[in-house]
Amino acid sequence: MDRRKFLHNTGLALTATATGMLAAPRIGFAQAKPIRIGLMAPLSGVVAAGGKEIVEGFNMLWEEKGNAIAGRPVEVIVEDDAGNPDTALQKARRLVEQANVDFLFGNLLANTGLAVANYVKGNGVPYFIPVIAADDLTQRESVRNVIRVAGYTASQMPRPLADWALKQGYKRIATIAQDYTFGHEQCAGFAQVFTEGGGEIAGQLWNPLNTADFSPYIGQLASMNVDAVFAMELGADAARFMKQYSDFGLKGQIPLLGAQNFTDQSVIRTLGEECDGIVSSAHFAEGSDNPETQAFVKAYSAKYGKMPSLYGFSHYSGALWVGQVIEQLKGDISDREVFIDAVLKSELANSPLGRPVRFDDYGNPIYDVYIRKVVKNADGKYWNVPIETYPAVSQFWTYDPKEYLAKPPFSRENQGIQK
Amino acid sequence: MASLNLVQILNGLTFAALLFIVASGFTLIFGLLRIVNLAHGALYLFGGYVGYTVSGMSGSFALGILASMLAVACLGLFIDQGLLRFVRGFVLREVLLTLGVAFVLNDLALVIWGGDTFSVEVPAILRGAVHIGGTFYPKYRLFVLVLGIFTFIGLWLLLNRTRLGALIRAGVDDAEMVEAMGINIRRVFLATSMLGASLAGLGGTVGGAFLTLYPTADSEILVFSLAIVIIGGSGSLVGAAVGALLVGLLNTIGQVMFPELAYFVIFGPMAAILAFRPLGLFGRAT
Repeated sequence: MDRRKFLHNTGLALTATATGMLAAPRIGFAQAKPIRIGLMAPLSGVVAAGGKEIVEGFNMLWEEKGNAIAGRPVEVIVEDDAGNPDTALQKARRLVEQANVDFLFGNLLANTGLAVANYVKGNGVPYFIPVIAADDLTQRESVRNVIRVAGYTASQMPRPLADWALKQGYKRIATIAQDYTFGHEQCAGFAQVFTEGGGEIAGQLWNPLNTADFSPYIGQLASMNVDAVFAMELGADAARFMKQYSDFGLKGQIPLLGAQNFTDQSVIRTLGEECDGIVSSAHFAEGSDNPETQAFVKAYSAKYGKMPSLYGFSHYSGALWVGQVIEQLKGDISDREVFIDAVLKSELANSPLGRPVRFDDYGNPIYDVYIRKVVKNADGKYWNVPIETYPAVSQFWTYDPKEYLAKPPFSRENQGIQK
Repeated sequence: MASLNLVQILNGLTFAALLFIVASGFTLIFGLLRIVNLAHGALYLFGGYVGYTVSGMSGSFALGILASMLAVACLGLFIDQGLLRFVRGFVLREVLLTLGVAFVLNDLALVIWGGDTFSVEVPAILRGAVHIGGTFYPKYRLFVLVLGIFTFIGLWLLLNRTRLGALIRAGVDDAEMVEAMGINIRRVFLATSMLGASLAGLGGTVGGAFLTLYPTADSEILVFSLAIVIIGGSGSLVGAAVGALLVGLLNTIGQVMFPELAYFVIFGPMAAILAFRPLGLFGRAT
């Protein structure tokens, strides 16, 4: 922290207390002490690009607030989790036990998030996860102090897309997804709603993470005789899949539907017409005409020279959300239980989404979910534009939460397919 | 559903062609200089990025290929003359040094180009698909197949019909004896280093157009190259070609027919070949 600013703030607080301008001396104390936040993101390794955007989005919010909240200065300590659960755990320990942070934020890959969640389960440190989407963190194995501010559950977002696909008259769909939990869960959310509505899943392909050559999979998809393909890929795999799908001439022949990360800015900003027209579903769409969304996209683009991805957006909004709660508590977050209760009861206002967001009873946000289409904007860049909205989509879709939680969790084998 | 058809076999062959381009450079360096150049993957990726930048700026795919080959050949020259020269003869140090170079190159690429995924722009004539045997197949992948075949023919002629080729072959068999005959073997080493590196650069640009470029693409291609050289035998051009065909086809068969065992299908046979022919299919004892 800036030493001069610290002295300045401390001086102000002391003067204020001494002259009796503030009634409670405790608030005076709180003003002087900085809020320390531990932010973990993969800044090296496979998902380093996404990790960088986590830090960018997070810092952008605090810079807008002048690095202070409720009169207390804010210190963000960034650690690289390298996309590795062991490293993430080690960094979380260091942040909590040595750097004495008030709460933890971040991580990108589900396995790193699960490692940290397991650690904070024991010591009660609040841990906010705007990107970690593993279903059971807010379902069967929820931890009270692990909170999904501005985050989402993996199977939550593809469900409206499945419903939309049924309305388009698609009867037979094949899915392809990365072979790990995030892929299994997103695919299952889609397959469950699609088959319950009378659709048929013609086949499910699972590719290992970092598949260099997608042609063997694309060859199979081409011969399955389907109305559409649902793809869940992220990062380089997504870019490669779209490129090769288009190279093989399938683009324009078999419509391509995608999970939200598939057409995220982090993927499509370097792509050309191969991403044009792909439909996906998500709570955030950088091409929404909502004035608050556009203001955010403009500010982010001006600052970092690129449109915000889901990673940047989520961490900006997550920081905003927690910041609003800290303001509401007048900067006093010394009682963790009170802090966590306040967060869970709070509502996110004035976010880039342009509509308020609240939690369900299990600590997962309820969103209006967009069906989005990739189109070119006025600057000639591709972005996601909403074409339809599903209001108030929770992680349980239209199911009863108790009945839903009694069923086994999704996996590669259990895809919730209605026969 | 999981059936092999013409398309899948072509997929295997075209992937094999790219792998051959990269692995032929690897095997040349491995065979002659006796160096397991672990920076070869990084050279591939770096070449790809250079090709992406140059072809993007100039609008010419051919220029991109040339620039990447040239840039990576210079890197090869630097690695050989600037670094490896000092540890010549110490196998472990050489390998560690090339591994270090790989890390440095990758981080450098991350700083210059960032972690986003790029794909090299292909000229209009190679875009789209052609109609063969009742299905559509991307033109570009067929181009890669043809390029792979031409690279093989070119290298074969170079090795078997030119003086430099004769020197390289002699060097693979017995470098000391070549030196004793009054040949400057260092210069042959240098030419081979640069040639091998430029093949990695060529592979980077050509591969970057359909496999895309991203951090860690280097280690993926390096693992395949290692498998090819081990299967084919170090220093053998025919070995590299046969190894590339095997790995490319097995990769496709594995992904289509045994998706859960995709990697085992490649590395299982490799282990078996190592057990029965430690020098690879075409390797010779030195």
